[in-house]
Amino acid sequence: MERRLLMGNEAIALGAVRAGVTCVTGYPGTPSTEILETVARLRDERIYTEWSVNEKSALEVAAGAACAGARAMVTMKQVGLNVASDPLMSLNYVGVRGALVVVVADDPGPISSQTEQDTRHFGLFAKLAVFDPSTPEEAYLMAADAFACSEAQGRPVLLRPTTRVCHSYASVTLLDELPRRVPEGFSKDGGRWVIFPRLSYQNHLKIESELHTLRDTFSDYPRNILTGRGRLGIAAGGVSYTYVREALADAEADCKLLKVSTVPFPEALGLSFLEGLDEVLVAEELDPVIEDALVRLCGRHGLRVTVRGKGTGDMPNAGENTVAGVRLAVRRFLHLPTPGDDDQKRGIQHTEEINFSVSKGDGQMCGIQHTKEINFSVSKGDGTPEEIGAAPTPPARPPVLCAGCPHRGAFFAVKEAVGRRKAVYSGDIGCYTLGNAPPLDMVDTCLCMGAGLTMAQGLDRVEPDVLHFAFLGDSTFFHSGLPGLVNAVYNGADVILCILDNGTTAMTGHQPHPGIGRTATGAAAAKVDIHTLVSALGVAALARVDALDLAAAKQAVTEMLDIRGVRVLLFEGPCVAICRGGVPCAVDDDACTGCGRCVRQLGCPALARAPESRKARIDPVLCAGCRLCAALCPVSAIKGGGRPC
Amino acid sequence: MLNLIIAGVGGQGTVLLSRLVGQAALDKGFDIRGSETIGMAQRGGSVVSHVRVGADIHSPLIPPKGAGLIIAFEPGEAVRALPFLSADGAMVVFDRPVHAASGAPDGGAYDAAAMLAYLRAQVGRLTVVEGARALAACGGAKAINVALLGVAAAGGLLPFDLADAERALRARIPARLLDMNLRALAYGASLADGTPADAYTDTDAPRGDRP
Repeated sequence: MERRLLMGNEAIALGAVRAGVTCVTGYPGTPSTEILETVARLRDERIYTEWSVNEKSALEVAAGAACAGARAMVTMKQVGLNVASDPLMSLNYVGVRGALVVVVADDPGPISSQTEQDTRHFGLFAKLAVFDPSTPEEAYLMAADAFACSEAQGRPVLLRPTTRVCHSYASVTLLDELPRRVPEGFSKDGGRWVIFPRLSYQNHLKIESELHTLRDTFSDYPRNILTGRGRLGIAAGGVSYTYVREALADAEADCKLLKVSTVPFPEALGLSFLEGLDEVLVAEELDPVIEDALVRLCGRHGLRVTVRGKGTGDMPNAGENTVAGVRLAVRRFLHLPTPGDDDQKRGIQHTEEINFSVSKGDGQMCGIQHTKEINFSVSKGDGTPEEIGAAPTPPARPPVLCAGCPHRGAFFAVKEAVGRRKAVYSGDIGCYTLGNAPPLDMVDTCLCMGAGLTMAQGLDRVEPDVLHFAFLGDSTFFHSGLPGLVNAVYNGADVILCILDNGTTAMTGHQPHPGIGRTATGAAAAKVDIHTLVSALGVAALARVDALDLAAAKQAVTEMLDIRGVRVLLFEGPCVAICRGGVPCAVDDDACTGCGRCVRQLGCPALARAPESRKARIDPVLCAGCRLCAALCPVSAIKGGGRPC
Repeated sequence: MLNLIIAGVGGQGTVLLSRLVGQAALDKGFDIRGSETIGMAQRGGSVVSHVRVGADIHSPLIPPKGAGLIIAFEPGEAVRALPFLSADGAMVVFDRPVHAASGAPDGGAYDAAAMLAYLRAQVGRLTVVEGARALAACGGAKAINVALLGVAAAGGLLPFDLADAERALRARIPARLLDMNLRALAYGASLADGTPADAYTDTDAPRGDRP
């Protein structure tokens, strides 16, 4: 048996392959993306893999395959399930013939998402079973469990990892493939696949009855685990279970411990857990799903057990859990001394003493931060401590558009062309959301995939005298931007749509999309041309321009400003992370007056000013040679540069 | 056995370094667990990898003061990661600062010398890898991650030796980049060898005994 170092997402992918998956679809989204990428990289001829245009399409393609008897899997991030919720809700009523595992990666924190929604609640809402792994190894095994459960039930099943499972890694023992089955093909089954109200009532009865049975079945599921003894009990799920195990091992403490890996809640096992307990602490991320199940169970069975967790303020109800935060909560719950007393002399203060949970902003530092107040002393060798000042504060590092990013060119061209006229800039989801950062400051709204263009239309209905721009990436255009454009054309909206076409789905790591001519596995594919498509919608005011040709781009925007109706500007320029090998620009120190315009206006990470002379400095490692700074330099002091594509 | 924090800025190669450490440890038969920063922060944000080697490790994340070793790709991120370091922990830091983008709220530039002075006062077992010489020896910034691996492996800070690190490199690095990376590994190892003409190594100096 081979042991491999696998990321959680790789483990899920290989677990699905082991379970005999033959159709995998999805739409990229952090932290789910690497699951489908791993399957695609295998180039396994037994498996069909596609990046679908959006999550709804992905789920429907997979549903079709599963209705024809295949073992199918669809992958997405949590907000992707909002897009795919329409087919998911109905599909449970209709069911599948083979198996369908819907992998939805949640993002506590959130680290790279719009919301902290909990897909386990989606499972409860859609009345579906949910599998919730704690580690990559478990996710590998659970993938097969999810397929088996789906096939046995004839219904879709959710597999819900979170970021710390998806993007953690572990040495995983790979097992032999499970027996594969040949899909039996679609059978009409006297209308079984056609959803009608009468049929839905009958199916609803069946669904409820099956869920009831699952509560018992899951009590015997080996990954719902009850251990330990005592009058205090901890229940945990997901990665929080590993934090609890770590806290207990660290404290050399023992108590009753229930690991919950499924929705529905394993009730018989839960009752065994509650029996003889005075108090329970629940450690889980996002919503109090396990906690609420335990509270309900106590109510239903008349148990006098206090359930502590998010509802009682013992655990945080937003943000991700941390090792330190869970450790503190566990120690308090077990009446053990809390750690951290000897930190003062190291000039370090743990937020676990103040706020035990939330990691924000500067990112994933596990709920710890530096104190800015405590001074530290250092000996100068003569034994006399000398105050040399407070711990320095590291620089804030908000994510930024890369040096050479064509989006910067598009944003800057629009900004220059609009000048002092009143304008609202509606943004969308992708790297270009980063256009909101100063100094560009060109994203005023961002809601969800595809919402920028449609929100701009609504803004215009209230303030028709203001210019309304929408920025939309190429992959997002195909995902859900297109219906919004049709809406604008049909309803005669007065908006300027800037499509930022960088030829990839950049933010999630460069997945192909319908405009590229390449499939998920790298094979040649039909290419949907955005310009032709927009033109076919009847948009007359349509122009395409090189996003990094500042003069031409500015001119193109200017020409659109005073036309009424729907105008579309297609800004083209390949993502700089794909188009590597540019020649860096250089500053001519004799010519540079140190006015700082390039640094102040572009926010390019390759640009800085020399400390003394205040002249521009270009980092040759970061500079991609886009020449945007050269184009706006009033004295032509920036030389060289050049892009290979 | 080992709790290692790798701290840097998105794009510096922290993820590859954590994979190299993981692979080398796996090849030695150890159990590995860890966690990466993947997503928006990779666009120039702070990124931290947690690498944990040994049996019976549950969490993919290292608790505060739980790291025996921090490898930091730049001084500011080293200071940010310092709360992870155990009381007797070691740190290897590359001294070339990566300033934040000019649009950053604090203007981007920061005082790297103050960061290094703070580290020297706080960390007993500190190896500072000096920037310009390392860049010259490694053929640019791309292989600095592997040079830092060389320092840690040759310095006995990892549960495997330099030869194991080299094997992991050969297994994971594309052929066309292998030479550059092997040179970087050897350069890093030379800094740990006690012949640190090019490095500020003060592993054995008593704490606080520095300017």
